Amino acid sequence: MSAVQSMNMPINGASAPPNRLRILTIATIVLTGLGFVLAMFVAKTDVDQGDVQRIFYYHMPSFFGGLFAFIATVIGGVNYLRTRQTRWDTLALAGVEVGLALSLINLITGAVWARPIWNTWWTWDARLTSAAIMCLTYAAYLMLRGGIENPEKRRMFASVYGIVAITTAILTLVIIRIVPNTIHPAVIGPSPQNAEGTFEFSQNVAMALGPNIIIWGFLIPLTLIWWRIRLQNRVDAVAMLKAEALSD
Amino acid sequence: MTTPLWRTVFAIIRKDLRAELRSRELVSTMVLFALLSVLVFSFALELDRTARQEVVNGILWVTLVFASILGLNRSLATERELGGMDAMMISPIPRMAIYLGKMVGNFLFVLVVGLVLLPIMTILYNVVLVQIPLLITLMLGVFGLASIGTLLAAMTAQTRSRETLLPIAMLPVIIPLLLVVIAASSGIMKEENYWGWVGVLAMVDIIYAMLGLLLFEYVIED
Repeated sequence: MSAVQSMNMPINGASAPPNRLRILTIATIVLTGLGFVLAMFVAKTDVDQGDVQRIFYYHMPSFFGGLFAFIATVIGGVNYLRTRQTRWDTLALAGVEVGLALSLINLITGAVWARPIWNTWWTWDARLTSAAIMCLTYAAYLMLRGGIENPEKRRMFASVYGIVAITTAILTLVIIRIVPNTIHPAVIGPSPQNAEGTFEFSQNVAMALGPNIIIWGFLIPLTLIWWRIRLQNRVDAVAMLKAEALSD
Repeated sequence: MTTPLWRTVFAIIRKDLRAELRSRELVSTMVLFALLSVLVFSFALELDRTARQEVVNGILWVTLVFASILGLNRSLATERELGGMDAMMISPIPRMAIYLGKMVGNFLFVLVVGLVLLPIMTILYNVVLVQIPLLITLMLGVFGLASIGTLLAAMTAQTRSRETLLPIAMLPVIIPLLLVVIAASSGIMKEENYWGWVGVLAMVDIIYAMLGLLLFEYVIED
């Protein structure tokens, strides 16, 4: 993971961002704009659903972005338990925060889409529920971190919980295959019988969806995690300086 | 020289059972809580004949989950407060044995609660719950609760907010288990084909137990 290598920087944390990060950030911003144009203007309007279908180009990619970030948390957690190096825990924390933000985007865009299509903001459908549960699990991760004062113990428990929590993300991914009576459409493979708001997968859709999956599912979380790691390094550096100043 | 794994596990289970037989603290609290919860549900939901059929499994499992949180909190907190955990940590025993011992102990205690609830709910709700397939799902479900619960309770017992944090950490994580166990038991009640769900349930159990076995040693480290 390139995001992790970048953390080998001086502990005072005042260094300027490395060029790789600058390039990545600029590329992400430009591509996000491009993806917006593809989703809003280039892709043709859906015959049944109208313009509201365009939200899908953000809805699914942001879920994948959340998944990407939560997988980063698992990688960080496993490696922290193995090596006990703080930087892996920092990666895990960054993954949770970024993943939570993207999952919330996923939930909110889903609700906005469901209002006209399902005629309700929210329904206790299996997949909606499990996506909400996933968000709550990672909120619980942050609460758990907040509840432990000893920093080593905090990192250790957070790593363990971050690994356990991925089960809820996996559940959200597979739930429409195992619970048959859902109204949430499946995009890959056949939709369940009761799915409402399915649409055909034309070349047109793929052209707007593909880039946005790469942007929102990969580039945006990667960039945000990288910046979040840098931020955390500074927070840690400040805490260390404070401790030094107080001990003198 | 370390004591063999299984002898250690059995020693820990024996210790927990003996302590429980003498104090009757854990199981009696859980059973009483479970009975109250079942009564509260029946008042709160104002169930009629058909509604009972539909929700009885939900009530059973929500009750079991909360009762197990109650028990898990006590089981791990007592171990910390009375120094049992420290004693086990300095003994020349594999760390995995501590997990297995505590987990099986918790499994047995929650299972007792479940076994008490099944006949009582059969009488109170007039729905036949005492049948072999349901007992199997009960065992598998409680096993899952105990295996992930023991891991999480060992963590939360060491935090500042203690008892309050376990439900927050545990409830979202056990949703997959809850989903599968409810699907399996309502399949049994409706006499549909349920063995697929029981299989998925066993798989969830294996995942939880693996996570517990692999991660427990990090959680109790000082």
